[in-house]
Amino acid sequence: MSEIQFATPNTVKEAVKCLAAAKGKARVLAGGTDLLVQLRAGFVNPGLIVDIKHIPELRQVKREDGGFRVGAAVAGAELGANAAVKKAWPGVVEGLELIGSTQIQGRASLGGNLCNGSPAADGVPGLIAAGATCRIAGPKGTREAKVEDVVSGPGKTTLKPGEFVVSFFLPKRSKRSGDAYLRLIPRTEMDIAVVGAAVSLTLDAKGVCSDARVALGAVAPKAVLVKAAGKALVGTRVDDDALEAMAAACRAACKPIDDKRGTVEYRTKVAGVLAQRAARIALARAQGE
Amino acid sequence: MAKHHVTTTINGDPAEFLCETRQTLLDCLRDELGLTGSKEGCASGDCGACSVMLNGTLVCACLVLGVEAEGATIETIEGVAQGEALHPLQKHFLEEAALQCGVCTPGFIVAAKALLEHNPDPTETEARYWLAGNLCRCTGYDKIIKAVMNAAAEMRGA
Amino acid sequence: MGNEEEIGKIIDYSGRDFRYIGTRTIRPDGVDKVTGRANFGADFTVNGMIHGRVVRSPHAHAKIKKINVDKALKLKGVKAVVTGADFPEIDINDKAVGEVVVSYYDMAHNVIARDRVYYDGHAVAAVAATTPEIAEQAARLIEVEYDVLKPVMTAAQAMKKNAPVLHKHIVTAGVEPKPEKPSNVASRTEFKLGDVAAAFADADVIVEKEFSTQTVHQGYIEPHACCASIGADGNTNIWCSSQGQFMVRAYTAKICGMETSKVKVIPAEIGGGFGGKTVIYLEPLAVMLAKKSGRPVKMVMTRDEVLRATGPTSGGTARARIGAKKDGTIVAGELELVYEAGAYPGSPVALGCMTGFAPYDIKNVSCVGWDVVVNRPKAAAYRAPGAPVAAFGVESTLDVLAEELGMCPLELRLKNAAVEGTQAPYGVKFNRIGYKETLEAAKAHPHWSAPLGPNQGRGIASGFWFNIGGTSSAEVMVNEDGTVIVATGNPDIGGSRASMALMAAEVLGIDVERIKPLVADTESVPFSMLTGGSRVTFATGKAVIEAAQDAVNDLKRRAAKIWDVDVDQVEWENGQAVCIESTQHKPLTIAQIAAKADKTGGAISGRANINATGAGPGFGTHICDVEVDPDTGYVTVLRYTAIQDVGKAIHPSYVEGQLQGGAVQGIGWALNEEYVYSDDGRLLNTGFLDYRMPVASDLPMIDTVLVEVPNPGHPYGVRGVGETPIVPPLAAVANAVSHAIGKRVTDLPLSPPRLLAVIDGK
Repeated sequence: MSEIQFATPNTVKEAVKCLAAAKGKARVLAGGTDLLVQLRAGFVNPGLIVDIKHIPELRQVKREDGGFRVGAAVAGAELGANAAVKKAWPGVVEGLELIGSTQIQGRASLGGNLCNGSPAADGVPGLIAAGATCRIAGPKGTREAKVEDVVSGPGKTTLKPGEFVVSFFLPKRSKRSGDAYLRLIPRTEMDIAVVGAAVSLTLDAKGVCSDARVALGAVAPKAVLVKAAGKALVGTRVDDDALEAMAAACRAACKPIDDKRGTVEYRTKVAGVLAQRAARIALARAQGE
Repeated sequence: MAKHHVTTTINGDPAEFLCETRQTLLDCLRDELGLTGSKEGCASGDCGACSVMLNGTLVCACLVLGVEAEGATIETIEGVAQGEALHPLQKHFLEEAALQCGVCTPGFIVAAKALLEHNPDPTETEARYWLAGNLCRCTGYDKIIKAVMNAAAEMRGA
Repeated sequence: MGNEEEIGKIIDYSGRDFRYIGTRTIRPDGVDKVTGRANFGADFTVNGMIHGRVVRSPHAHAKIKKINVDKALKLKGVKAVVTGADFPEIDINDKAVGEVVVSYYDMAHNVIARDRVYYDGHAVAAVAATTPEIAEQAARLIEVEYDVLKPVMTAAQAMKKNAPVLHKHIVTAGVEPKPEKPSNVASRTEFKLGDVAAAFADADVIVEKEFSTQTVHQGYIEPHACCASIGADGNTNIWCSSQGQFMVRAYTAKICGMETSKVKVIPAEIGGGFGGKTVIYLEPLAVMLAKKSGRPVKMVMTRDEVLRATGPTSGGTARARIGAKKDGTIVAGELELVYEAGAYPGSPVALGCMTGFAPYDIKNVSCVGWDVVVNRPKAAAYRAPGAPVAAFGVESTLDVLAEELGMCPLELRLKNAAVEGTQAPYGVKFNRIGYKETLEAAKAHPHWSAPLGPNQGRGIASGFWFNIGGTSSAEVMVNEDGTVIVATGNPDIGGSRASMALMAAEVLGIDVERIKPLVADTESVPFSMLTGGSRVTFATGKAVIEAAQDAVNDLKRRAAKIWDVDVDQVEWENGQAVCIESTQHKPLTIAQIAAKADKTGGAISGRANINATGAGPGFGTHICDVEVDPDTGYVTVLRYTAIQDVGKAIHPSYVEGQLQGGAVQGIGWALNEEYVYSDDGRLLNTGFLDYRMPVASDLPMIDTVLVEVPNPGHPYGVRGVGETPIVPPLAAVANAVSHAIGKRVTDLPLSPPRLLAVIDGK
């Protein structure tokens, strides 16, 4: 067990420099709610831990282009306390607020929830359904990526050595839009999602769905955007038939595994159930109820 | 590498300790500072027995690195009572028999105190969800929730 | 369990007014516990202390070929390494008989493996170093070469003809003729009453069902922890949390080959046990490491270690068959239990057999139990060991019978309830018991008649536990100012010090605040059996009462001396000595007598060393309402009421707490708790994230009704209360879920995936 260096950069530039110098042996620390568990269990043994919480940019929530720019180190409870974000993207916020207990909420960050690479991350389906993007900094500068493209599989990301997520961008909300996230856990709290489903949709002036995005968690190696499910809603009034077609598309998109949290059969069925329920909530929100 | 020299304020008093990067805040409180009121039940943030306040936010000390506490303000169970005067939560935990073995009690009291600072008039459901990160295996939570609700009422002057 | 000699000795205390018993005082250890000052197992430190870590097997079943400790010993800061070879071998027949039989041979091998490992997490070596980090690093440097064997993970696998045999020396006990071949079936137990076959032939209705449950853990929040120090003279101190300091002393001395007098155990506060701390794991390792290193050694388990290597209780199956007359009279019962013992024999299957039908007056009963070894951790006691799974089988089948008969399940139970004089299937005739009273209280409770909504169901189930007595000691010491210390040898898990103080106060007639109860070390009070079997308030309470009476007698002698009268002229009233002969002597308070102690013979005290008989069985009845989400299989517990005959509640709040806590542990067992193993026998859920114990938001308030039918075997009517509450919930929840979905559920836990499969008919 070698000693671990510790760095607290104050700017993105400094952080990039620290990470580059560590040549892949570094881990980024934000809330630490996954990293410390992995460290303790001996799953990771980094040479350097880079605490990014002292970089102002990573801790801010601000308006940008009619949407919101959210720092990657912002904790779930902090975002939950932001009334404007909560009003525009209630589904995104409720997903992030479901991560862990009150104690975890005060620490666990958006960036960490994504980059930990868990297929069951509660924050991710909502961000994908919202069409959120993230800004990634690295030795070659800054780039933008769709949230659904950041994770490549369980515990794995497409981040290149030395890269880290700086912030998320939640786009401008159209009128008559709503989103929602639901998950199934065996208890009421303190569990990892067995299935998660997020739906974001927009209605036209006549109440017909003009745009919809559906994302599922814990039913595949990573959280997935189910395009066919979104399509099943577009052009409909989100009635029972449309919801059934959407659920069928969700079930078809499921490639889950049997594990200690659920079976293939269970996850597949419940993905459809939760997507329908989430869509009804999103619809009600779009209708201004 | 030399150990980190961390300067903090704990329960209102300046405190310093030395730690390695991998040591958690809980390790530092218990082993370096002798503040053993915060307990380790799981070391993974799943039981809440190590709940402390870090810069005014409720956290599990097992999920914070000791070195992260540099310049921070920390409140632990040891700082909840003021001398001989127990906090209303402590009083009600005793009156309502809200503890059996007592090992989860410090974490519950710190977490419940954070709840009442955040929401002085919680519903039973709000209290239950706020405290869902604190495991108790003895009481079935019934008397804990009663103690929290009664302490809240007393603190509101109701 | 059951004390025939005491039966008939009825103590009538009805109508007696208690002054302290039954009041809700502040527990004496409370302030320390709400302020963080109380010291639990891991809170202890001693000068010069180093830190120990255990190396555990990653395999469920393997031969140990070689252990190489060289690299670990070379690491700077490492002070000692021990393996199984450092411990004395123990005779294979060396056993202790308590609530469950304890084999010292098995225990020694469970503490540290010798030539084989039998489960994922089995200790194979231990290392001590100057810091926990170095110890951890050294543990990773210990190289163990294994010859991996095929594991048997379930009783069904273990009982197959060609299954790998875990222990060559085990042949199935309790079957005739005695088998010659070794087997994974350690024993067969049978309890019989009447002519079962004839009774079934005579029954109008027969129902039969089979049920299954999974391995579950006690789930105490405090991991096992200890600190051991040993001098060159062999004198050893162990500071640890356990359910019995004398148990730790006896077992550690045995496993380390030491004399009892060399080992002193100082009890720490215990952060939950539920039976799981009635055995030892770390203490012998810490002692041996301390011996080798010459330094005090502290060892603390991680949660992962607790789940992999301690506890749990057996998973098992229960097949119940019940025959009844059309009017609901049960004429025959049959119960067959198969329990997984874990790596070594000794599941609580016999206790399951004894308890399953105990609440009922059935003349013809057969209960057969099979104790089967598998490659899982050795089962330890867990709250009413063996009874919950048996009750799950019987109480669910009773529910089916009630449906068949078109009868209310509560009325069916009332009709067949055991009463005073009923012959229990396990041999005793019940003394005065209060089972019927719990059913009547359930019937009268508003919960029983409250309306239910769609997808909701209500279940009722009952449970029984023996409760035990046994050896207890107590010392009552009167201080110079008249305050009193009550010392006993039983760790206080759930508030027993409060009860001890109340009982002493009742006898002494002084305020409970003037009594300080304490849990003494093994060299400050005489031997007591461990805290378990729901015995402390009953048995140790009885010792405290007798010791307090002894102290009162001493106080009376002193008063007689002060007044210069015969001692039979002195009575003890309201905490004062009163002279009945003459009014010229003003009553003397304890404080006044204590102040003159040096002039009347020295220190004043009382003591009692007893083997308490007359323990009263406990019966409980629980009502549970649930709502089931038919699309996801998610169960919400809406309302829960636990009713129990508690004899006499010494401190009602802590008695209610036992009912509430036991009910919730049972709810967890029924809904989401289970050990999940990979095919090759590795435990997959080694933390609280996936070993899903109930959290606060999962539950409603747990309503309680304390029925008080005094136990004639205790001066204040006390019955044990701690274990009975976990017996009914498995069936109460399962019956409620069955009614909510309109299908019988038979397999626990009722986690959403499992329940949805039942709902969908898969």
